[in-house]
Amino acid sequence: MLTLLAFDLKLLGIMRDMSKTQTSGGDALIRSLHEEGVELVFGYPGGAALHIYDALFNQSEVEHILVRHEQGAVHAADGYARSTGKPGVALVTSGPGATNAITGLATAFMDSIPVVVISGQVKSELIGTDSFQETDMIGVSRPIVKHSFLVQKAEDIPEIVKKAFHIATTGRPGPVVIDVPKDFTDPNHTFDFVYPSEINMRSYKPAKAGDSKQIKKAVDLILEAKQPVIYSGGGVINDNASAELTELAKLLQFPITNTLMGLGAFPGTDPQFLGMLGMHGTYEANMVMHNADLIIAVGARFDDRITNDPKKFALKAKKIHIDVDPASLSKIIHADVPITGSAKECLTSLISELKQHNIEKNKLEPWHKQITEWRNKHGLNHSMLDVVPENGKILPQQVIQSLYKETEGKAFVTSDVGQHQMFAAQYYFFDKPRQWINSGGLGTMGFGLPSAMGVQFAYPEDTVACVTGEGSIQMCIQELSTCFQYGLPIKIINLNNAALGMVKQWQDMQYGGRHSSSTYENSLPDFCALSESYGHVGIKVTQLSELESAMKECISLKDKLVFLDVDVDPDEHVYPMLEAGNAMDYMHLSKDKKTW
Amino acid sequence: MKRVIALLMENQPGALSRVVGLFSQRGYNIETLIVAPTNDPTLSRLTMTTIGDEKVVQQITKQLDKLIDVVTVCDLGESEFVERELMLVKLNKSSIAIDEIEKLQGKVVFEDNNIINLQFVGEPDKLDKLVDNLKTKEPLEIVRSGSLGISSNSKTLTI
Repeated sequence: MLTLLAFDLKLLGIMRDMSKTQTSGGDALIRSLHEEGVELVFGYPGGAALHIYDALFNQSEVEHILVRHEQGAVHAADGYARSTGKPGVALVTSGPGATNAITGLATAFMDSIPVVVISGQVKSELIGTDSFQETDMIGVSRPIVKHSFLVQKAEDIPEIVKKAFHIATTGRPGPVVIDVPKDFTDPNHTFDFVYPSEINMRSYKPAKAGDSKQIKKAVDLILEAKQPVIYSGGGVINDNASAELTELAKLLQFPITNTLMGLGAFPGTDPQFLGMLGMHGTYEANMVMHNADLIIAVGARFDDRITNDPKKFALKAKKIHIDVDPASLSKIIHADVPITGSAKECLTSLISELKQHNIEKNKLEPWHKQITEWRNKHGLNHSMLDVVPENGKILPQQVIQSLYKETEGKAFVTSDVGQHQMFAAQYYFFDKPRQWINSGGLGTMGFGLPSAMGVQFAYPEDTVACVTGEGSIQMCIQELSTCFQYGLPIKIINLNNAALGMVKQWQDMQYGGRHSSSTYENSLPDFCALSESYGHVGIKVTQLSELESAMKECISLKDKLVFLDVDVDPDEHVYPMLEAGNAMDYMHLSKDKKTW
Repeated sequence: MKRVIALLMENQPGALSRVVGLFSQRGYNIETLIVAPTNDPTLSRLTMTTIGDEKVVQQITKQLDKLIDVVTVCDLGESEFVERELMLVKLNKSSIAIDEIEKLQGKVVFEDNNIINLQFVGEPDKLDKLVDNLKTKEPLEIVRSGSLGISSNSKTLTI
């Protein structure tokens, strides 16, 4: 609006109100963020970013959230982005501020999340002189960003911000860094602020629609298939294509599995849903993949946690692979029909093409019967709350089921990384996209709490649960202070097994039970007391009989952050688990049962 | 298999490091690399040779194409192309006779009483052989540019 107004006034030859159009680089940066619809910035100030912070202070459109560590800022921006679909923004200073943001950037990069990180940089004249708090942020972040910009003059800031948001949010999304030398945000240097209305980049034209010939080839394979499966990933969620995915699955009546990143893209409670696939996928999902004659991969990248040994992966199946990133196609697994394009557009074309054909569903009956047999044989027990373990200890799965029950399956669930993450993915049914927020690609411990902050800011009225473990939560526990400052009533569900559970599981299974540095020798804090010291509520659970009432209390305290610290069985393992170096049908099903 | 990949990228700071970084990051090899601005000064043309099978080279070109600064990429080996390399050789003047230089299709680009600098242009494997042949002359220094390539059909790497 301001730019339009300025333009009109200019045309009329009327004296402009200089205070409205003349801005410093710092002001231009914040105004550009506002132009992009940014309402929240998560950050931490420091020397090189102080002009920017002053610009933030002088306006009210963009709110700044002060975190306690820059890693938390980027994870919070990431959680905000994952839960809303809008880009998340973090602001950090140079040097250690920038390097602390690196883990957050790598996390967003691996999961293709639109995050824009603005880092202060030392004055341009000092770059390269090893000056105080100088780090080559562009160099350090280069392999873990979609793109980055080093601002060369203040006047470039609006265009760079425009490009940064365009790049971060289109095609295969990803994080973008804007590194801003301090002199380019100096309040004493002002210029006319004009925000570009559109951007044209000759070197960046992400694919949209899929090639129609390829769509037709895909339809031919689909019509022939007798043992098909749809395998979808985070790309469907990123592209807001869940409705189209669900329509396709319903139209074809094909069984469907989601990756860890794709959970919620298809309703988790739907009988057509096979559960998650891969390393800790369900028995039926992995068996379906292994025995399929057709795999329709949508927005998924055949990562090693899915395929197990790629040479033995789904040898009987033809593969249709839809991805917005052409480099994902045939990278790991050869695609018989590769389709480059956005998930939403490709699925829409596929559906409309399919609707012109007679889809014979009867021929799938033997396949569905087989799947039901597999599910009945070794499917997950979703009535774990009825199980009373002989050793009297609480099973971690029971905690997830209790959370599911108490939140009626409607909570946003963030997680950290480890056994608790897998239990949450297996036992909480996600019916909606963007409801499940976790670091799948990088596997970043410490992600859960700060990402939950981002989600809670975006959805202040909803229940946001952070499922974590006593290992992960300690990697960003300082954010309990941020939560108190901003009144974020996150529910921290700590599956406390007094050990680095997943590490210990691998050591049990592959290293003869030698628990090298995976336990803490009684050094854990009293998490309830710790949370209380930050002004929150702590609830300790040690008995199964207390679990459900404690969970009820935890969820019912709407205005408070509650740290629910549950002692769970330290010897429990996550199953199924793929046997390394084999096909997807090689699974450990329990400590003493396996499929081969 | 050796492949020659050519690309056009934005002629701006950081673009080259992204291209080179991609190779180390993804475990690809760079055998040779040449980069210079084109007659459109906003663009640089980069030519590199790499070793890899069809699948690897496809991944490399796709990953290069993904870089925001890269405008267009071409695996020159997909059609007929001409590959040339420049080599400069410094020798003791007494070690080589003029007729020998002519026979090797070299060009004298500098000489004084003691030193002679020769220029050779050719296909890289021919220059490899030449390096072998020159061994007996005990060259003081040999410098090679790395390959340049251009396709031999009407297809051009332009925007």
